[in-house]
Amino acid sequence: MPDIKVTPLGAGQDVGRSCILVSVGGKNIMLDCGMHMGYNDDRRFPDFSYITQNGRLTDFLDCVIISHFHLDHCGALPYMSEMVGYDGPIYMTHPTKAICPILLEDFRKITVDKKGETNFFTSQMIKDCMKKVVPLNLHQTVQVDDELEIKAYYAGHVLGAAMVLIKVGSESVVYTGDYNMTPDRHLGAAWIDKCRPDILISESTYATTIRDSKRCRERDFLKKVHETIERGGKVLIPVFALGRAQELCILLETFWYRMNLKAPIYFSTGLTEKANHYYKLFITWTNQKIRKTFVQRNMFEFKHIKAFDRSYADNPGPMVVFATPGMLHAGQSLQIFKKWAGNEKNMVIMPGYCVQGTVGHKILNGQKKLEMEGRATLEVKLQVEYMSFSAHADAKGIMQLIRMAEPRNMLLVHGEAKKMEFLKDKIEQEFSISCYMPANGETTTVTTNPSVPVDISLNLLKREMALGGPLPDPKKPRTMHGTLIMKDSSLRLVSPEQALKELGLSEHQLRFTCRVHLQDPHSDSDTLSRIYSHLKSVLKGYAVQHLPDGTVMVESIVLKVSSSGEDPNLKVILLSWSYQVNENKVFLFILLLFIYFEVKGQVKSPTRHEAIPTLTLI
Amino acid sequence: LIIFMLKSQCRRYCLSGHPTLPCNVLKFKSTTIMLDCGLDTTSALYFLPLPLVHSSRLSKLPGWASKDGTVNLEKELKECAGRVFVDSQPEFCLPEVELLDLSTVDVILISNYHCMMALPYITEHTGFSGTVYATEPTFQIGRLLMEELVTFMERVPKAQSATCWKNKEIQRMLPGPLKDAVDVWSWKRCYSMQEVNSALSKVQLVGYSQKVELFGAVQVTPLSSGYSLGSSNWIIQSHYEKVSYVSGSSLLTTHPQPMDQSSLKNSDVLILTGLTQIPTANPDGMLGEFCSNLAMTIRAGGNVLVPCYSSGVIYDLLECLYQFMDSANLGTTPFYFISPVANSSLEFSQIFAEWLCQNKQSKVYLPEPPFPHAELIQTNKLKHYPSIHGEFSSEFRQPCVVFTGHPSLRFGDVVHFMELWGKSSLNTIIFTEPDFSYLDALAPYQPLAMKCVYCPIDTRLNFHQVSKLLKEVQPLHVVCPEQYTQPPPAQSHRSDLMLELQPPPMAYRRCSVLGLPFRRRYERIQLQPELAKALVPSEIKPGISVATVSAVLQSKDNKHVLQPVPKPTPVPPSKKRKRLMEEVPELLSPKPLLSGSIPLDAFLASLHKSGITEVKVEETADGHILHLQAEDALIQLEEDATHIVCDNNEPLRTALRDLVLRFLQKL
Repeated sequence: MPDIKVTPLGAGQDVGRSCILVSVGGKNIMLDCGMHMGYNDDRRFPDFSYITQNGRLTDFLDCVIISHFHLDHCGALPYMSEMVGYDGPIYMTHPTKAICPILLEDFRKITVDKKGETNFFTSQMIKDCMKKVVPLNLHQTVQVDDELEIKAYYAGHVLGAAMVLIKVGSESVVYTGDYNMTPDRHLGAAWIDKCRPDILISESTYATTIRDSKRCRERDFLKKVHETIERGGKVLIPVFALGRAQELCILLETFWYRMNLKAPIYFSTGLTEKANHYYKLFITWTNQKIRKTFVQRNMFEFKHIKAFDRSYADNPGPMVVFATPGMLHAGQSLQIFKKWAGNEKNMVIMPGYCVQGTVGHKILNGQKKLEMEGRATLEVKLQVEYMSFSAHADAKGIMQLIRMAEPRNMLLVHGEAKKMEFLKDKIEQEFSISCYMPANGETTTVTTNPSVPVDISLNLLKREMALGGPLPDPKKPRTMHGTLIMKDSSLRLVSPEQALKELGLSEHQLRFTCRVHLQDPHSDSDTLSRIYSHLKSVLKGYAVQHLPDGTVMVESIVLKVSSSGEDPNLKVILLSWSYQVNENKVFLFILLLFIYFEVKGQVKSPTRHEAIPTLTLI
Repeated sequence: LIIFMLKSQCRRYCLSGHPTLPCNVLKFKSTTIMLDCGLDTTSALYFLPLPLVHSSRLSKLPGWASKDGTVNLEKELKECAGRVFVDSQPEFCLPEVELLDLSTVDVILISNYHCMMALPYITEHTGFSGTVYATEPTFQIGRLLMEELVTFMERVPKAQSATCWKNKEIQRMLPGPLKDAVDVWSWKRCYSMQEVNSALSKVQLVGYSQKVELFGAVQVTPLSSGYSLGSSNWIIQSHYEKVSYVSGSSLLTTHPQPMDQSSLKNSDVLILTGLTQIPTANPDGMLGEFCSNLAMTIRAGGNVLVPCYSSGVIYDLLECLYQFMDSANLGTTPFYFISPVANSSLEFSQIFAEWLCQNKQSKVYLPEPPFPHAELIQTNKLKHYPSIHGEFSSEFRQPCVVFTGHPSLRFGDVVHFMELWGKSSLNTIIFTEPDFSYLDALAPYQPLAMKCVYCPIDTRLNFHQVSKLLKEVQPLHVVCPEQYTQPPPAQSHRSDLMLELQPPPMAYRRCSVLGLPFRRRYERIQLQPELAKALVPSEIKPGISVATVSAVLQSKDNKHVLQPVPKPTPVPPSKKRKRLMEEVPELLSPKPLLSGSIPLDAFLASLHKSGITEVKVEETADGHILHLQAEDALIQLEEDATHIVCDNNEPLRTALRDLVLRFLQKL
């Protein structure tokens, strides 16, 4: 029985280091290869020794697919390909291919240069790794090999984020990566066709949340920023360089313009210009509105937002600063946070999810004293606000995607176990499909039931469709009969006659003949004529023919009359039919004859009682 | 949608006679597919130019009347530079719309933006209700080119529409070349922006190698053709047949993604259109000539006019000049690109990285714009304007290079520059677009002092490249316009300028209908897993097994599925005999065909085993007759036939039948 196996190496009942192994139709695929922001040790990367204990992964994987550029989805890629060893193809979309190496290099710098870690991947390894990348276009069917094909769909989570359909023969799996079902200020909504995969592997970050309308959240956000600025406070918005940052920039840019505000807005790190440039060049990946108007006005050219310099953090007066990274776990955002945390006039707005162990996660949980490196403690006095701007599908969105794709089974990853549990119940109830939520290292096996593709001869199909009509009538099902010829790997369904011919066999005719005696005073030919006209009148819908050679044919049953030499009134009726004739028809027919002659009172039928039971026998 | 009958014939209609502006219709498996809808704009050459600024020369032209004075068309026809032109808004020659009912067209596949210019004529006012498939760059740039065409026309409205000259009797009396213009009644004025928008709303975007299912019967896939941004060839296939449509392909490395050749392999039929129109000119050589003529003119203080389309080769020309100008020490010469869509065209070219060649694609990763014209704009070397009016007139400096349309020289801003620069021999006009004869284009401007240089750059496949390509992909049959099957009329000795193939290609011309050589014999059907599992295969010959299949056929949206036969619901024993007859269960699976022969000895042995011992065997010419004496029955055994004669003893007959069946194969 064919089956599909799914094993998360990361993101199983967890958020972080997404890495999911899928085996389908004898092919092994790795979906995402991320790192965990909450750990600084081995647990940072997925446990690749699960795939093989010794050596390289190339022989064990047919391909690797990266859904988008966030580090929890691609952060372990150079480690996997260059340090563990993998030389096969790595698929990602063009924007991901463009942005991913920059974020990896950033991550490497923070880890190696700032924290002084060794045994980490090098810049050269990132470059070598990116050489193995094959770019994917949306909706393009990419043939990885003769059997394995993949197709990317728009996921709307960040620029270039993709969902991917993996297909081997008639078995298929969809992996969503992170996705968003509601269009926002710069991206469109995720979309997939009714591809009916055997398994839909979906993220479930916001499994239990049903978020209020985007407009309300935006208004709320602007109000909080505005209030802080009014009272002379500073607003820190930790973001990742690409993604939410651009959406919030568009939002603030238009607000500043409308309200004629003067407080400066800064965007940290050298990425600013560059990041916005990516958005300009990949404008086809943004939403409809931006794409339509980009020639007149490019939304990613900001007038009010300027580049940040480290020294500005100590400037007096209000300001808004976008700084990376988004979870306050390192880098510039953490530095600014440390400077501003002591003043209750200031505010930090966390616009996205924070992984356990990060400063972001801690302050969101209300922690007021933070232990810093060198045993110092930091008192958190500034206001901490959480606004869910990260573009994940909420419970409603996940259900919506299930309705779009119509999967046979559901598998949840990239979420917290408790929340998954809740969503799992809901999915099973609403869609009556099985829903799985394996932990890391745990394998889910789903049995598939693929139908078998066969080549049917056009003659047979046409004949059948002409006879039976296109749809089976549940009241009168018609059975089609054919011969399946199996030769090498080809399966061909042809009519039995054609099968005989093709196989060079001759048909063996099997015929039966049966004699029935009855008394009838008429001449042979009269008897035959009477039988003919009787059958003709009774057997409506059957082909009854009187042939010139002195026979009557009912369908393919042949009937002849002769009289015995001694008694001209004793007629011998010869009935002859081939094996292929439905025997019930033959006996029904004999029966009809007897009834006819009996009613006329001219016949005694010694065989009648023998004939009748056979009706039920066969 | 349920389609009952499958067409086994595949037909092809040709609606355009122009080999580079194709419009063909393919009927394949009950699907009607239009391949491209190119607009032949060469008809515009019969019309007077539409000046943007009042031209006293053009407004004072004498009207035309026949010498004997019988025909006077002074209002419609004007004499200009020794030729007669129609004084009206230029009209275009449409694809044939009478050959078949266009409302029956299910889909239109577009291969590149030049081949979609007739789209509004086809999709509007014909009852067309299908879908148009095109790639995103084709769609966006196609929209720009249509928009430009509409703006060119609407900017200089002409109240009069000339129709009298089209009268057959009158046209016969006109001087050439008007006399010889064909199908003039089908010529149409330009569409409106509203019609363009409506036509484009029917477009569905596709990506290269995207498999698009049409009604479950046919799958179509666009492939990169290497000719222009988003240009594609198309594969139209079912499980068993494959038609490739090659239109406007290029093997040169210019800006677009390289041509995908390998996916064209194993085609039953390959439809070949859109070869180079200038098979004798090498694009690289032309580019060199272009640069040297340009440099010569500028150095001498003259201006250069390049009539061109707003997208396509212009990107390559700008890139070439970007490198050339500095090395030729002409770094300060301004370039002007004037078109209502100049800005959009330049902007759009930068956002289609996915559709560009490798080295342009990798620029985006840096991130840098893929085309260097971004830098030309930034450094003010290249300026673009929507028209000659407004800013341009105050900022314009000479000597300069102007890129502007339309290449027919009949409408667009180019008309103004012809009037402005035509009288000075310092200036040069360089023709790069191959669609129009430059002599015809220049006819209404004669006598001309300005220098003319003809450097047509057509990157599409030449005959040498095509024969190499066909050798590589080996289609069973090639279909092409008849123009490709003979050398060009002007060079009839050049047998290298035609297609020579074995078997010879099937040629078509405007309005021809071709039956394509297909023998469809199989169709894909799915056996449901339950059915497949229940099959009992038996080996008939070494390596060949057969199984009889009895199943219920279900066909929906051209997909066929075989389901297991449902278990009959037990019919309550009926009392009336008559009902029995009505309910003859059609459900019973028909009996298989038999094959093989019955060995006498083994058969006798098995008869014996079942208690039939008194058997008299009689030899006949074809086999044996067995008399079962106790049972009063006969069995006639022959090589390919068995006949059981037995009266009214049903159990015996059944037993004998089963014995016989044991020795035979069932199919």
